[in-house]
Amino acid sequence: MRGTYLLYRLIYMVLVLLGVSLLIFFLARVVPGDPARLALGPEATQEQVASLRHKLGLDRPLYAQYYVFIRGLFKGELGMSLITKRDVFKDLIQRLPATLELVVTAMLIAIIGGIPLGVLSALHKDRTIDQISRVFAFAGVSFPRFWIGIMFQIAFAYILGLLPITGRISGDPPTHITGLYLLDSLITRDFPAFVDSFKHLVLPALTLSLSPLAQITRITRANMIEQLRKDYSIVMRTIGMPEAVNIYKYMLKNAFTSTLTVIGLLTGWMIGNAFVVEQVFSWPGMARYGVNSVLRNDFNAVVGVTLVIGVGYVVINLIVDLLYGYLDPRIRLKR
Amino acid sequence: MEKVSRRRQKGNLARAFHRFKKNPLSFVGLSIILIMVLVAILAPFIAPYPRDSAGAVHFKQMFQPPSWKHPFGTDEVGRDVLSRVIFGSRISLMLGVVVLSVAVGVGVPLGLFAGYFGGRVESVIMRITDIFLAIPPLVLALAVTAVLERNLYNSMFAIAFTWWPWYTRLAYGETLSKKEEDFVEVSESLGASRLYIVFREILPNMTSSLLVKITLDMGYAILVGAALGFLGLGAQPPTPEWGTLVSLGRIHLPKMWWLSTFAGLAIFTTVLGFNLLGDGLRDFFDVEVE
Repeated sequence: MRGTYLLYRLIYMVLVLLGVSLLIFFLARVVPGDPARLALGPEATQEQVASLRHKLGLDRPLYAQYYVFIRGLFKGELGMSLITKRDVFKDLIQRLPATLELVVTAMLIAIIGGIPLGVLSALHKDRTIDQISRVFAFAGVSFPRFWIGIMFQIAFAYILGLLPITGRISGDPPTHITGLYLLDSLITRDFPAFVDSFKHLVLPALTLSLSPLAQITRITRANMIEQLRKDYSIVMRTIGMPEAVNIYKYMLKNAFTSTLTVIGLLTGWMIGNAFVVEQVFSWPGMARYGVNSVLRNDFNAVVGVTLVIGVGYVVINLIVDLLYGYLDPRIRLKR
Repeated sequence: MEKVSRRRQKGNLARAFHRFKKNPLSFVGLSIILIMVLVAILAPFIAPYPRDSAGAVHFKQMFQPPSWKHPFGTDEVGRDVLSRVIFGSRISLMLGVVVLSVAVGVGVPLGLFAGYFGGRVESVIMRITDIFLAIPPLVLALAVTAVLERNLYNSMFAIAFTWWPWYTRLAYGETLSKKEEDFVEVSESLGASRLYIVFREILPNMTSSLLVKITLDMGYAILVGAALGFLGLGAQPPTPEWGTLVSLGRIHLPKMWWLSTFAGLAIFTTVLGFNLLGDGLRDFFDVEVE
């Protein structure tokens, strides 16, 4: 049963991704405006534009362009970036670890902070702790990401001088293994690089984590309150089960399943907002590359970034879905 | 018979009002929004220097820190930041209204049709929705702005383009649960047309969920609009759009801190208002909206 379900999900995922590729492709090609003209600027001659159009294959019929595009995808090619003059895929691979490091760290902060805070709020429902966490949650989802990042920079970098303002590392980066500086510096025992990159990571990751942290807190709180009312948790308390076992072993596991779906959605939110946060902190990641390619009309790069993110997001949601089934036997059996 | 139902209705309202009262934060939210709307409408009258909302230049008074004359300070060409922030409220609120009108106008009917008609209509609509939802909204909006000229209206279009699937999903789910209920069956057996049932029977029964989602989404749409403005992909200077103001002020940090700070606070306050009200309305109507 589970095998069939997994297969069904995988096939559906491939279909959705095919749809995504069509959507992005036609978005970039069908709309008015000539990518070649935009890339070369108004001063370029007609011949120059025509030659770039030919080079990019823009003078061929749409279906042929789409075919070339898809064929490229299977070879790991996304077309040439008009700015870096390299294949977009290579550019993205080079910048992916930076974004990954940022998003994963932010998600960890949100989960590690949000779940205990949510449990605490639920256990002290409507008391001071709960009220404080409620105010914090409202503020957390209402801050414009770019603005709170700038405020952090003013406070922690300019005024207090505790942390660097922008960038990913001041000294030499650690030897390249995974591209994740924290991990690489640990593996190579390059502790100065570890401290250096950690300091650079704090503010951007914190900025990106605030809203998800608030949302995870709220959803965990709501789910825990629901669990607290259930018969089984009342019974456990009556028979004298230690409170900690009751909360962390039984209730939290049940509450966590619905929190998990939210985490899947929040990942998408985070990737989107990484575009803003990377810009504020000059973080050399994929998202910043994406913003710059939009600003400079680098169409292949825009298509590539959107597609890679779409694939990543769909895969993450699939994993979340499968985990969800794993954690909740009712769903597992229904499938 | 009518008396009973009316009394019950009154009882429902009273209970709902009681629930709303229990949540004082929603009153705060409502007040913030009402003030913002008033500020937006009355901008030309309450802004101390209405002309500064556009491309005025007063080099003699550039980069003045906050003072009685200029409570939010002045910018790089001497314009009054308070006046610009006041006019910015018009842009953000308009962006929210336009984006959500389009998203609701497109998304809800599609969701209604998919849910009520089922079959091929359902699969086509819901599969397209899935494709749109497979890309994080802000990323898709960025990709759309990439192919358009950069201005406020195109950024509104880009955001609306990514927003409608959420309403399709909401309306679809609500329709599925409503269409099995008695009132739909009665209407069907009385020979009502399918369009009548969809728009006059099912749609009115999801207004509370829609209202809650629209209120919450006003805040999110304003945030996304400001983010696009900040990245330079939305409204262009000298339009006093809040995100653009923060972005322009960033170059002069940390000395000219007032340039970015107040515009950002305006975004924060407005979004907070919609979130507080939306949360209050959710308790008020007792509905679940993601």
